[in-house]
Amino acid sequence: MQQIVQVTDLTKQFKNLTAVNQLSFSVNEGDVYGFLGQNGAGKSTSIRMMLTLIEPTKGNIEIFGMNLSKHRREILRNIGAVIEKPDVYKYLSAYDNLQLFARLSGIKPTRKLLMDQLEMVGLAQRADDKVKTFSQGMKQRLGIGIALVHNPQLIILDEPTNGLDPQGIADIRNLILHLSREMNKTVIVSSHLLSEIEQIATRVLIIDKGKKLVEGNASELLDPSQTIVELQTMDNVFALQQIKLSKWIDKLQGQRNNSIVIKLDRREIPDLHTDLASMQIQLLSLQPRHSLEDYFLQVTSGNQHVDTYTN
Amino acid sequence: MLTLIQIELYKIFRRPRTYIAFGAIAALILIIQFGLKVDGKSYADFLMKDVGGTMEIDGNIINGYLICYIMLQLLLVHVPLLVALIAADMISGEANMGTLRLLLSKPYSRTELLIAKFLAATVYTIMLLIWLAILALFVSMWIFGVGDMFLMKSSYVVLISQNDVFWRYAGAFVFAALAMVTVAALGFLLSIFAENSIGPIVATMSIIVFFTILSTLNIPIFNVLKPYLFTTHLISWKEFFDLKVNDANEAIIGSIQNPQRIITSALVLLLHIVGFVGSAIFIFNKKDILS
Repeated sequence: MQQIVQVTDLTKQFKNLTAVNQLSFSVNEGDVYGFLGQNGAGKSTSIRMMLTLIEPTKGNIEIFGMNLSKHRREILRNIGAVIEKPDVYKYLSAYDNLQLFARLSGIKPTRKLLMDQLEMVGLAQRADDKVKTFSQGMKQRLGIGIALVHNPQLIILDEPTNGLDPQGIADIRNLILHLSREMNKTVIVSSHLLSEIEQIATRVLIIDKGKKLVEGNASELLDPSQTIVELQTMDNVFALQQIKLSKWIDKLQGQRNNSIVIKLDRREIPDLHTDLASMQIQLLSLQPRHSLEDYFLQVTSGNQHVDTYTN
Repeated sequence: MLTLIQIELYKIFRRPRTYIAFGAIAALILIIQFGLKVDGKSYADFLMKDVGGTMEIDGNIINGYLICYIMLQLLLVHVPLLVALIAADMISGEANMGTLRLLLSKPYSRTELLIAKFLAATVYTIMLLIWLAILALFVSMWIFGVGDMFLMKSSYVVLISQNDVFWRYAGAFVFAALAMVTVAALGFLLSIFAENSIGPIVATMSIIVFFTILSTLNIPIFNVLKPYLFTTHLISWKEFFDLKVNDANEAIIGSIQNPQRIITSALVLLLHIVGFVGSAIFIFNKKDILS
């Protein structure tokens, strides 16, 4: 599979702060590449360096097999990006914004092309309305429309679901899947929300404090034998006693946030459920958490954001 | 590059803010014209009170040419603010809207983008001056008619023959455009440092006010600086209305008393434009875009 992005030893130093520290990763053609990390981990800085908005202190970026600093123009012609907020010209209509950025991307768009693009992101009915009347979700969709209007090979979406309601988040997720599966685009999508990434990513990179923690196939990281289950019961003390007396003692991980944590193979969950009932444990909830999520919590240093990741 | 300039002009002229300047100039000029049309005689008497005892004027000195000159004196002090409204917003406004990062991730170099933006700001400035010329000169000529131009300078009087005036205005407006483009270049340079346009607009005006005061102060220690300050040269358009005189103290038609002063001023302003825009390009090319 062809490598679309190759980042080597990328470093960015802002005075005393090392925002990105010797980061290396690669993205293959057709990947939906999840770029995960807490707020301030260095995701946006890395993405901005890939778009030449920030000059790296050190390191090398190759995109489409070309060095970014030497072939900036050819490379950027084939990239579409939404960088953090999808800000566009609020005093222009959706159609005018799309036309303007299409021209800036080097194409002469026809009305049909622009309307098709607006149709794809669900804004055809609002084509002539000024963007200042749009909701955050509509702006986000327009931003993605702008990123796609010149039919780029690589699409970079930096926190594309920020500020969106659940329906908006689902729409963006479906759009990314459509781009990857139906249009064979390579997509890099950054987020601090694991739940967003794990549903769409084929490969994942987790960074913290500017450093790579792990990179790999999402399916491998989502190993079913490493599923974490959180139990909430009427009486956790009694439940713990009973579990310690059962065959599940070896899989017991302890307690976290008023939940009993057990690590097991996902296929064992029905057995666990049956045994808990036979032990007279009054179960309030049994919630499996994917191993990737647990991995994310383990490898990132801050536990203060646990609630964010486990929503 | 042409596409970039077209896009930048499109953005400028689709913004409602752009038309504030055109509206303000129109309102001011029309009010002055209305006042002089209604009460021009009193104003002429006021102008003549200092020389009334030493010379006699036959006819009406209030005509389109004189009124245009009066308005240029009044308005060219304020036009820099209107120019700064757009020029100082060219980069900072994009940073404020959040569009700068999207703009700079497109396949154009930062240098190309900045040059296109500056040229677009220059076109806006020139259009503002053309608008000023249409209203202050042509509309005044239409309302008040034309005639010989009588100018009161600080220590002398200039009388320019009717058929010797128009080309002077053409030159004065071209020079004023150069002066205003210098202001635009200053605002443009300052706009790369900020993420909202208020700061660069205020800074541009503050710098102009500061250096204008230095330029007009008659304190010997500052005199050495004056030739190098762009503010000293912003008003050199007035030189077009100073004539050479012959031995009989008669104005020589088609002459300018000190053409070298106009050339020097134009060169100083051009150097400032190159310096401001060059610095903007140099600094902006090294800048990390964090907005």
